[in-house]
Amino acid sequence: MSDRVPVSKTYKLYLGGAFPRSESGRTYPVSDAKGRFLANAAQGSRKDLRDAVVAARGAFGGWSGATAYNRGQVIYRVAELLEGRREQFAAEVAAGEGVPSRRAESLVDTAVDRLVWYAGWTDKIAAVLGGANPVAGPYFSFSVPEPTGVVGVLAPQRSSLLGLVSVLAPVLAVGATAVVVTSQDRPLPAITLSEVLATSDVPGGVVNLLTGHTAELAPWLAAHADVNALDLTGAPAELRADLERAAAGTVKRVLRAPSTEPDWQERPDIRRLRPLLETKTVWHPMGV
Amino acid sequence: MAGTTELTDVTRDEGALRRFLHGLPGVDAVGIEQRSAGLATRSIKKASKLRAIELAISMVDLTTLEGADTHGKIRSLCAKAKRPEAGVSHVAAVCVYPDLVATAKEALDGAPVRIASVATAFPSGRSSRQVKLADTEFAVAQGATEVDMVIDRGAFLSGRYGQVFEEIQAVKAAAGSAHLKVILETGELATYDNVRRASWLALLAGGDFIKTSTGKVSPAATLPVTNVMLQAVRDWHGVTGELRGVKPAGGIRTTKDAIRHLVAVNEVAGPEWLTPDLFRFGASSLLNDLLMQRRTQLDGHYSGPDYVTVD
Repeated sequence: MSDRVPVSKTYKLYLGGAFPRSESGRTYPVSDAKGRFLANAAQGSRKDLRDAVVAARGAFGGWSGATAYNRGQVIYRVAELLEGRREQFAAEVAAGEGVPSRRAESLVDTAVDRLVWYAGWTDKIAAVLGGANPVAGPYFSFSVPEPTGVVGVLAPQRSSLLGLVSVLAPVLAVGATAVVVTSQDRPLPAITLSEVLATSDVPGGVVNLLTGHTAELAPWLAAHADVNALDLTGAPAELRADLERAAAGTVKRVLRAPSTEPDWQERPDIRRLRPLLETKTVWHPMGV
Repeated sequence: MAGTTELTDVTRDEGALRRFLHGLPGVDAVGIEQRSAGLATRSIKKASKLRAIELAISMVDLTTLEGADTHGKIRSLCAKAKRPEAGVSHVAAVCVYPDLVATAKEALDGAPVRIASVATAFPSGRSSRQVKLADTEFAVAQGATEVDMVIDRGAFLSGRYGQVFEEIQAVKAAAGSAHLKVILETGELATYDNVRRASWLALLAGGDFIKTSTGKVSPAATLPVTNVMLQAVRDWHGVTGELRGVKPAGGIRTTKDAIRHLVAVNEVAGPEWLTPDLFRFGASSLLNDLLMQRRTQLDGHYSGPDYVTVD
């Protein structure tokens, strides 16, 4: 039957390990790079965002308490599942970003590699950023980095998969939990990634993905008192100063963003891990 | 509905009591659930929400009923009850086990917070009449101004209404001037009809408040059950002119739940019940959520658990 009617999808949010509709009941149409209709996405509201923060806070104890080795394995598992859906991701990236399919495939491959790269850092970052401190006294003093808590992420607007993975993976690697507002106009790879996360071993609530209008959700995320860090990568340029000011009201760590989106294909470093960690220093008496 | 003279008549003997309780109109289960769900969709925002939150805070019976309760925990609970947060007035009462009432009384130090104590072999109520009365007398002697008793659900479910009735009366007498709240433990009563019968039984026996649950049995307070009990106190007021209170307890953890209950109080019983004298929330974690939501209203952004006390 060639005159079959295609099933056009209406996607939902990924919140606390489940896929609810937006509390507001709103959706918005998503188009490809040429303006053709692709699917409907849920338009998250500030109450969905509030629920997401509650879910992320609830999941923080378990995820941050898991061993670094275990977290590394879980992130590696996400990479495996992402690889398994390579064709679907490549098609969505090609449609949304308007790039040729070979380029889209390369972006997906880099996203898989990026997850593996951060998976490797989970049990090494403490050795790089922490360690024993030489002190002039009868103490053994040492510092360990600990995850800051709930991280609010405004995902890159242009790079819908590789950019998203590049800002999300460091949050997972340090043991923090994430509330992500996805790319507004290119949310489909993020929605498919939420299906990957739900079927991998990432506990529910560790990653929450909200589709919707970034400018509507960002101020609530920036001002929320139970969010400990804010990644401004995908924030609209005209809102950034206000968002930083709001974040300062509750003393959040802020990852400021360059005015143009970076080239996500570049080799990453630990600059995205460091701001998500707080250093705990312990002074232990010796020779007593 | 029966008149005042008939009400004294229905408690004449066990047979009359049974005829009265079984003669109460049955509860339309589907109807009451739909009505509860309908009332729960009311949207309360901005200034009304702030007012509802502050009213709900004034109605909280701040409760700790754990085996692990210590004197220190009671003292911090009382400090919080007196002044939950800067700019917030005190809660209605603290609710503790009888042996900790003296600690609470000392910690409250004359503040206008009442001291409620559970008694009568709480939570199961499985002991002799003698022990239950001694439990009540001990709580009152220690300084409790409110007594939360449990009914004998075994006797109620096997139809020995006279026994339950006499026991409530005896505890009421033992409690003296202290307010008596009668816990029906609706989670164990199985049907709405039973909840209605137990409510009337408690009101006939002299309970000042009827309370849904101990908080130790699930399900605890649900909106339909609270509605049935609110109907009972409303009808009691219609018959006798007396105002009796309702206290849902257990399972109410969020501001949204609390506001839904307040809407039900206003719509089912009436606005005169919107006072701490006639409506209470038995809760522990609810207060923190109310404080957080109040701050959200005042500050214009969401608050978090780092900004309220850890209990």
